Amino acid sequence: MRNQGGILQNIDRWMVVIFLLLVAMGWVSIYASVYNDEHQSILDFSQNYGKQAIWIGGSLLIALSILIIDGKFFAAFSYPTYIIFILLLLVVLVVARDVKGAVSWIDIGSFKLQPSEFAKFATNMALAKFLSTLDIRMKDLKTKIVSLLIIGLPAVLILLQNDTGSALVYAAFVFVLYREGLSGNILIFGFLAAVLFVMTLLVPKIVLFSVIGGIGLVFYFFVRKKRQNILIIAAGVLIASAIVFSVDYAINHVLQEHQRTRINVLLGKEIDPKGAGYNVNQSKIAIGSGGVFGKGFLQGTQTKYDFVPEQSTDFIFCTVGEEWGFVGSFVVIGLFMILLWRIIYVAERQRSQYSRIYGYGVACILFFHLMVNIGMTVGLAPVIGIPLPFFSYGGSSLWSFTILLFVFIKLDAYRLEILR
Amino acid sequence: MNVSQGRSSVILLIFFSVGFIFLIRLFTIQVIDDSYKASADDNAIRKVTEYPARGLIYDRKGKLLVYNEPVYDLMIIPKQAKNTDTAQFCKLVRITSSEYADLFRKAKNYSQVKPSIFIKQLSVETYGTLQEVLFKFPGFYVQPRTLRKYPDPMAAHLFGYIGEVDTNITKKDPYYKEGDYIGKSGIEQSYEKVLRGKRGTRTMLVDVFNREKGSFHEGKFDTSAVAGQNLTLSLDATLQAYGEKLFQNKVGGVVAIDPSSGEILACVSSPGYDPNLLVGRMRTKNYATLLFEPTKPLFNRALMAYYPPGSTFKLINDLIAEQEGVLFPNTAYYCDGGYHMGSQTVKCDARHGSLTLQMAIAHSCNTYHCYVFRSTMDQKRFKTSEEGYLNWRNHVLTFGIGKRLFSDLPQELKGNVPSVDYYDRYFGKGRWKSSTVVSLSIGQGELGITPLQMANTMCIIANKGYYYVPHIVKAISDSAGISPHFMEKQYTDVQAKYYDIVIDGMESVVESGTAAGSKIKDIVVCGKTGTAQNPHGRDHSLFVGFAPKENPKIAIGIMVENGGWGSDWGAPIATLMIEKYLRDSISRPELEKRMFEGVVLPKIYMEERLKEDKKKQEKKDSLATKAIVAERKK
Repeated sequence: MRNQGGILQNIDRWMVVIFLLLVAMGWVSIYASVYNDEHQSILDFSQNYGKQAIWIGGSLLIALSILIIDGKFFAAFSYPTYIIFILLLLVVLVVARDVKGAVSWIDIGSFKLQPSEFAKFATNMALAKFLSTLDIRMKDLKTKIVSLLIIGLPAVLILLQNDTGSALVYAAFVFVLYREGLSGNILIFGFLAAVLFVMTLLVPKIVLFSVIGGIGLVFYFFVRKKRQNILIIAAGVLIASAIVFSVDYAINHVLQEHQRTRINVLLGKEIDPKGAGYNVNQSKIAIGSGGVFGKGFLQGTQTKYDFVPEQSTDFIFCTVGEEWGFVGSFVVIGLFMILLWRIIYVAERQRSQYSRIYGYGVACILFFHLMVNIGMTVGLAPVIGIPLPFFSYGGSSLWSFTILLFVFIKLDAYRLEILR
Repeated sequence: MNVSQGRSSVILLIFFSVGFIFLIRLFTIQVIDDSYKASADDNAIRKVTEYPARGLIYDRKGKLLVYNEPVYDLMIIPKQAKNTDTAQFCKLVRITSSEYADLFRKAKNYSQVKPSIFIKQLSVETYGTLQEVLFKFPGFYVQPRTLRKYPDPMAAHLFGYIGEVDTNITKKDPYYKEGDYIGKSGIEQSYEKVLRGKRGTRTMLVDVFNREKGSFHEGKFDTSAVAGQNLTLSLDATLQAYGEKLFQNKVGGVVAIDPSSGEILACVSSPGYDPNLLVGRMRTKNYATLLFEPTKPLFNRALMAYYPPGSTFKLINDLIAEQEGVLFPNTAYYCDGGYHMGSQTVKCDARHGSLTLQMAIAHSCNTYHCYVFRSTMDQKRFKTSEEGYLNWRNHVLTFGIGKRLFSDLPQELKGNVPSVDYYDRYFGKGRWKSSTVVSLSIGQGELGITPLQMANTMCIIANKGYYYVPHIVKAISDSAGISPHFMEKQYTDVQAKYYDIVIDGMESVVESGTAAGSKIKDIVVCGKTGTAQNPHGRDHSLFVGFAPKENPKIAIGIMVENGGWGSDWGAPIATLMIEKYLRDSISRPELEKRMFEGVVLPKIYMEERLKEDKKKQEKKDSLATKAIVAERKK
């Protein structure tokens, strides 16, 4: 088509610009969060920001390479990529290093690779590939099962690595399935299940059961004329009760001690500002002390002086909140929202089903990370250690998000060359 | 396509809702709620206090009496104290490894990251050896502090002592914080605000391990410490030391004042103690030991002990009677060995025959003074004896007896002149008269007067009618001077012209009267002995006086508990001190030797001393352990 040579010609500038802005702001935040007088050089490679500079350089190269690669490549290599990463996840289980209780790293020389970060990308590709296959219908049970397997396999393997946070991310694919025709009830069901989950923890079971029963009765009086509806209501009540029981069981028997306390702290059932609640408490203090305009670049005390733990990785948003205040937080969240909107917008304009589904996957993964990470720092979500895309320190995370996003940008740039 | 359009909107809606919820949350904690800012300051801003040096104390001749000695508190931040070579460390600071474990646990319980005192007040020597290797022990550091040091142990009661503030004070006065030191008695207490100086603060930024990260806003809010002001006392260190030496193995007190200014020259309370005992790490232990001594060395007898003034009080009664116009220099009464009231008799020491005022003072005639007192109280103008008594009592109060003088020594008590109420309660209203309370005429009965007040009455007589409020501080460095309260003449209501005859009588006391044995060659001492009856044992030996007669330089009041006659111990010690002060040499070495060597310990103390000797040792041991335990608990 027109101007085949210019690889930058057809790319979506919105996404690229936001990507560059977020990465740049992320680096500035990392610099500020670990800044001290002894290490002032911005390229001090003993410091996180020095290393991150290298990762950013690498990610730009990766982005560029992806834009150069032929657009046909990705769809074609979806399954092989998926299989490779599934194998890598298996390898991790055997030879991995223990980082903070989660085993998820492979050492290759001095280089540490975290396959679980890249597995999201591979899963997204495989799912897109599968759902874009001709005559696949979401309504078919088989489709549902295969989709669930594609998503569930890496999630289970990651769960076995004890990295619950990264495993939870795979739940985000439910939006992709919804977009591709899965019944909307699944979202409502998910929402109600979440409400029940929280209620199980907060309200005595006897009260909860009475409420469930009560609601069931009310519905019964409204719809009792139709036998089918009565059955549905009965099933609903049963399922709700089952959820309550299983949540109760999971909390007390499946979850580990630290996970249980994190949830309890979030719900305000446990107050332990020096122990389990320390992270969130300090994180809220850091963000809250930023005020409207923040304390200014390098003026943050809470993040710089280590009151906030993991301040350059999972809690990087604290630096934004503390040094740039509400205005800075607004800008960051705004940029993410624009990015999500743009991805959905661009996905919808794809002619290729594969590209569209892949795009939705990108948006959902980014959204889930954003929701859990920022939710955690402001005390709205339990402490689940997953990075803030493009912001958090760490090569694996940055590169995997870069790949994830730029493959989509490439697919979009390539869309005009695809004949459906 | 329509369906999917709707679905993409649903998804976007969910995305945006979450973003919106975050923004609301952020707005709440960043813009609306202020508490996070305070918490952040709490986290990262540490106020470091700089302690000023406490003011020094000099005597009237510029001799240094109290200074500061540096000591070092060993501090610990448990979280940073890792891989400590405990064996070496314990050896250095001289504790056992189990003590180390206890102290470490205590510090850890207080805080992992905040510093606390590990060992209080290391000696300079321990500090010296420790300092060289301290770098090997991360988490430990040394914080300098100062302790009071007294080069010549004397005047412990005057100086008082310093101790940690208690919660009562920290609640009332925001200047003080937990762990601060404050003057708890004596000069340290009354001049606390002058001596303490001004604390400085530095506001530091600290990280999560409490490591200093630089000053907050380049030190904009920092203040530097201002050292306390130095005090020059009116105390004459030589005289004070001499007085304390004369009082060794005796119980009682003596106060010497310069009548021309009210400056206290010496203030001895015996037994005393070495002020260095109530300093530093051993303070609690030593305090407990002193507290349980039967002779009560912590009790400042010079300011706090009431004694019946005995015959020394006759002078006051004479002055009042003169002012009332019922006594004249040539008034004569006849003494047949006692004063008779019906069946009762106030005995006199001798049959003095007929005498006039001067001789009555010189020989301390009881009979004469009973007449004087009754004539004062039973004047015709009074309708009731109550009225007569009140008139007399008001005169007495103007002599600074029965009320606080408000000197600059905090422990001063007011003594006692019985009130009308007291007698009404004791005898019944209207059922007492001058004969009932006639023992007041010879300074017995319920009268109580402190050695400071005794010396002050001598200032009044030496000055012929007024005194300056006695005070111990003569000058404060960097300040306009002492309170004007100490510069004002306090008049009695006895006019100046009435004093001469009393002074003549006092001269005769030493010249040829009851204190003739304490005469000093070439110095005219005016004095009066007193022998105060004491229900608990032997009489107390008292003496008041001033010298020289013309232009008096020193006024003195002394009390030796259970010393017997005023002339036995009171007069000799007082006149030796007068001689020492006026001439700095002693013309009566024999007398001086006798006073130095004399043992006048009240019988009750002697017995108790033997009895308690064994007990004391046991008690001491258990108290010491208790004190240490208490100290640790703090």
